[in-house]
Amino acid sequence: MKLSMNWLKGLVPYDYEPKKYIADMTMSGSKVETLEYFGEEIRNVVVGRVVSMEHHPDSDHLWVCQIDVGAGEAIQIITGAQNVKVDDLVPVALHDSDLPGGVHIKKGKLRGLPSNGMLCSFNELAMTEHDVPGAYADGILILNDVFSAEELAEAPVGTDVRKLLGFDDWIVDFEITPNRPDCLSMIGLARESAVTYGQKYVPDTPVVKGGAGDIGQWLRVRVEEPKLCPRYTARVVKNVKIEPSPKWMRDRLRACGVRPINNIVDITNYVMLEYGQPMHSFDYACLDGAEIVVRCAKDGEIMNTLDDQERALDAEMLVIADAKKPVGVAGVMGGANSEITDGTKMIVFESANFNGTSIRLTSRRLGMRTESSGRYEKGLDPMNTLPALERACELVELLGAGEVCDGIIDIDNTDHAPKTIKFEPERINAFLGVDVAKEDMLHWFDLLGFQMDGENIVIPSWRMDVEQFADIAEEVARFYGYDNVPTTLFPGEARYIPMPTIAFDDRIRELFTAMGYSEAQTMSFSGAKSLDRIFIPEDSELRKAVVITNPLSEDMNTLRTIMLPSILEVAARNYNVKNPAMRMYELGSVYVPVDGEKLPRERKILSGAIYGDGADFFEMKGAVDALAAGLRMKNISYRAQKNNPSYHPGRCAEIYCGDTYLGVIGQVHPKVVENFNAATEIYAMELEVEALFANRGGIVEYEPLAKFPAITRDIAVVCNEDVTAAEIESCIREGAGKLLESVRLFDVYRGAQLGEGRKSMAYSFSMRDRTRSLTDEDADGAMKRILKLLAQRTGAELRA
Amino acid sequence: MGMREDLERIRSEALEAIAAAATEQELEPVRIHYSGKKGALTAILKTMGKLSAEERPVMGQLANEVRAQIETALSERFEVLREEALNAKLKAEALDVTMPGRVPHPGTIHPLTSTIADVRKVFESMGFQTVEGPEVEETYYNFDALNTNEDHPARDPQDTFYITDDVVLRTQTSSVQIRQMQGKKPPIRVIAPGRVYRNDDLDATHSPLFHQIEGLMIDKGVRMSDLKGYLEVFAQSIFGAETRVRFRPHHFPFTEPSAEMDVSCFACGGEGCRLCKGEGWIEILGCGMVHPNVLRACGIDPEEYSGFAFGMGVERIAMLRYKINEIRNFYDNDLRFLSQFNG
Repeated sequence: MKLSMNWLKGLVPYDYEPKKYIADMTMSGSKVETLEYFGEEIRNVVVGRVVSMEHHPDSDHLWVCQIDVGAGEAIQIITGAQNVKVDDLVPVALHDSDLPGGVHIKKGKLRGLPSNGMLCSFNELAMTEHDVPGAYADGILILNDVFSAEELAEAPVGTDVRKLLGFDDWIVDFEITPNRPDCLSMIGLARESAVTYGQKYVPDTPVVKGGAGDIGQWLRVRVEEPKLCPRYTARVVKNVKIEPSPKWMRDRLRACGVRPINNIVDITNYVMLEYGQPMHSFDYACLDGAEIVVRCAKDGEIMNTLDDQERALDAEMLVIADAKKPVGVAGVMGGANSEITDGTKMIVFESANFNGTSIRLTSRRLGMRTESSGRYEKGLDPMNTLPALERACELVELLGAGEVCDGIIDIDNTDHAPKTIKFEPERINAFLGVDVAKEDMLHWFDLLGFQMDGENIVIPSWRMDVEQFADIAEEVARFYGYDNVPTTLFPGEARYIPMPTIAFDDRIRELFTAMGYSEAQTMSFSGAKSLDRIFIPEDSELRKAVVITNPLSEDMNTLRTIMLPSILEVAARNYNVKNPAMRMYELGSVYVPVDGEKLPRERKILSGAIYGDGADFFEMKGAVDALAAGLRMKNISYRAQKNNPSYHPGRCAEIYCGDTYLGVIGQVHPKVVENFNAATEIYAMELEVEALFANRGGIVEYEPLAKFPAITRDIAVVCNEDVTAAEIESCIREGAGKLLESVRLFDVYRGAQLGEGRKSMAYSFSMRDRTRSLTDEDADGAMKRILKLLAQRTGAELRA
Repeated sequence: MGMREDLERIRSEALEAIAAAATEQELEPVRIHYSGKKGALTAILKTMGKLSAEERPVMGQLANEVRAQIETALSERFEVLREEALNAKLKAEALDVTMPGRVPHPGTIHPLTSTIADVRKVFESMGFQTVEGPEVEETYYNFDALNTNEDHPARDPQDTFYITDDVVLRTQTSSVQIRQMQGKKPPIRVIAPGRVYRNDDLDATHSPLFHQIEGLMIDKGVRMSDLKGYLEVFAQSIFGAETRVRFRPHHFPFTEPSAEMDVSCFACGGEGCRLCKGEGWIEILGCGMVHPNVLRACGIDPEEYSGFAFGMGVERIAMLRYKINEIRNFYDNDLRFLSQFNG
């Protein structure tokens, strides 16, 4: 909502300093978006009088003018305009002046003669013919053609032209929150301004003389949908003379960002800005049957709106109609068929209250949001229709724009009983943590227009946001000053018990940070293409995703069901910006629809990816092992997985804790890597955080340090290629029995002397008994049992 | 020659040889020669039996004196030589300490996570429990129970991602407030960090997905002054002890009174600079006293209980703190960006 400070001063006289004003209003609850001087872009342009003019000796169209700019001697300016006469008053851009659009004017020479500035057209001053009605479009703005003698007397030769042209104003753009539609008006903002400065503002009651016959003989109004149109008020004006509105009204409209059109249209716009009540005027001659019907449109009904667009209406939309046809979409825009034209002789003013939801839906369905619909959407005060209508008629009489008929049509289905709220000053103080005198509260209520009825506060109709105790407390806080509310810390008991799942996430991050991994945060959006890139089959469960009905794009029309594409995108991006190596993880969520449930299951996944700097399967696996150790998990095992389409068939494993599936790890399939436009080996992991959490170890249980030494043996066996390390290790574990302390693979060898398809695996294992020193016999016995198991189960034999 | 002469000779030769040894390696043979088990002194002492009874104690005493003197000289010389050797070694080992160190490469925590962690720390220390809630949320929790009716512009599909008519991607972590209040009895102190979604294209300052931290405190007799107090502690913990806070009246459907909180610009201290656009203040969060309609929707009697709630944008705070100019940096995960946040 744009506020003209000139207009405000006319309502609440006060010595406003613009910067301080916006600071004060901000702190009393009216948030300011911008403050600007309306004539900001115009500088050093003054009113001048043409003293004399003669043809340029070297040109057949240029004029050499002597201009009195109120600075002693007249200055010479060359102009090419042909509409200037001696004694005309003109806007003069002096040497070193600025015009809108960043135009800078300096003195110079035109065809050899000096010119000390420029005479301006209204275009050059960023004005339109509506702003200066009667001005000649293709030449200099002749001020005496446009302004009255009284208006010109206010701006003698040499004065800043901005004052005369209505640019000498400060414009404050307020961000009006949805709860305060009453502040979408000069009156509402004047009231807030007044209270902010401890004053009381009461708007004048409009006075209409009337006398042009009774409205009853001209117009009937029928409201068929009282729920959608709780109140409809109308008056008729006869003998209308369409002409430009006066300068003061045009200036105020322009300052508030509204283009002046003609007196009747300007009056409706002016009243909307002043009262916050949208108004409409119909050309009476265009109304069939001398009646207005507020009804729902018929399906298939068509109407052209004022913006010359054809609109297909339907039965959910409220329209204003005459006996035969719609003449306006209620609260949104009038119809072209009843538009005010230069020939309009008689009009109907409409000032109505419509249901906000209905207007919002209609405006959305028609794809047109107007100043009027925007206001109705927020819900307007039905008590405001009548004063606004009266104000419009008062202005008609003030401007001599027509003759107002007697009588008002007022179809009113609203409840006039005001809301009341109990006044509880002690409770307010306790709630805010302040100690404000009851009298101060009552004073602010009075300024706000709240009245007292015994112990109850009577809320004025325009404050639809004030409904209960807390709202009253807010009014007190606003005018006491939020800044004056002290800062305290609530003395009550505080118990902090961390959520184990949150602490678990923190622990995972700690472990990965220590391992040199950086944490990523990727978007949760996904699309079919992401799944295609990692070769998820068409019939996969992963394709059943949460679908967004109004997505930003097809690539972001679902929520992800798998993390792999996200972390691969991160890897590819880093690869493509030439980061030579990457160790990355993310703790993110996937969103899995559940049959019969409204909400999907949100599963946390720990994903990771590495490339470069020697990255290989076993580095990725080592990270998982270190994670498992850091979470004190036991019984982790890896099972080769040849059928995961996203991974290298020979370098992929599923990870288990006992029999619980934890996730997958492997080299990303080279074709998947290619799909992500990278060209390096990428290793990745995807782990189920809930499964990690469920299988996490408890608190560390201290184990006394061993008193007896361990005994260590190395064993190298030769076996076929298809024998796995896990098989050999299990033989060693079983053979060494419960004395086994650790086992470690330290060498794998393949060579000609072993033969094709054979390998040597060398292990070191150590055994310890906590109650005695082990002997060679113990170790030899274990070795024998191990070799026997190896031979039986794997065919492996001791390497010669 | 008599024994006395022999002892005196050994004494003078030994002391000379000890003094002459330049290294421990040279001194060791000297030690063996004079004071070893098979050394010169032992050899002489073996002939002691041949002396007269009068001479024996005299010579014995002399021999002991010589042995003690040699051994003292030896140990002193050893000490000196060891010290010299060590000094020489240390001298030889001198480093150019200006050469670069070998830097370990621990990973980095994402700046959004660390910002959340910093905020959590402040509130956890004041008894707030960190909780989470679903990102795909019913309109009831995201809007209705938060006093945001059907007509509220926030519900428009231009702002909110819809899954069905009554399921959305939550637009605010405030939905967690409702789940907490419906799930447990007051007193309640929680903060809820998490992802939220708005129907905005990704550009320098907007993102369809960003993070918020919601805070909620409900108890008997919680005052607006408490809201100011806790948030002042927060602001001073995060932006520095000198930080001043300013509360401006504002409007949110789910709080009343509502406020926006500004902090004094931490770049200029409130003088006015580019960061604060000359204002001296930077808007940080929205807050207010929990609206009685919200309390009622959660089965909490507003006549008995009151409380405050606040919500802040994590990206915004991280961008301000770290002077990050583009929100998309957070989601690009370029290591050149991430590695700057090494603690």
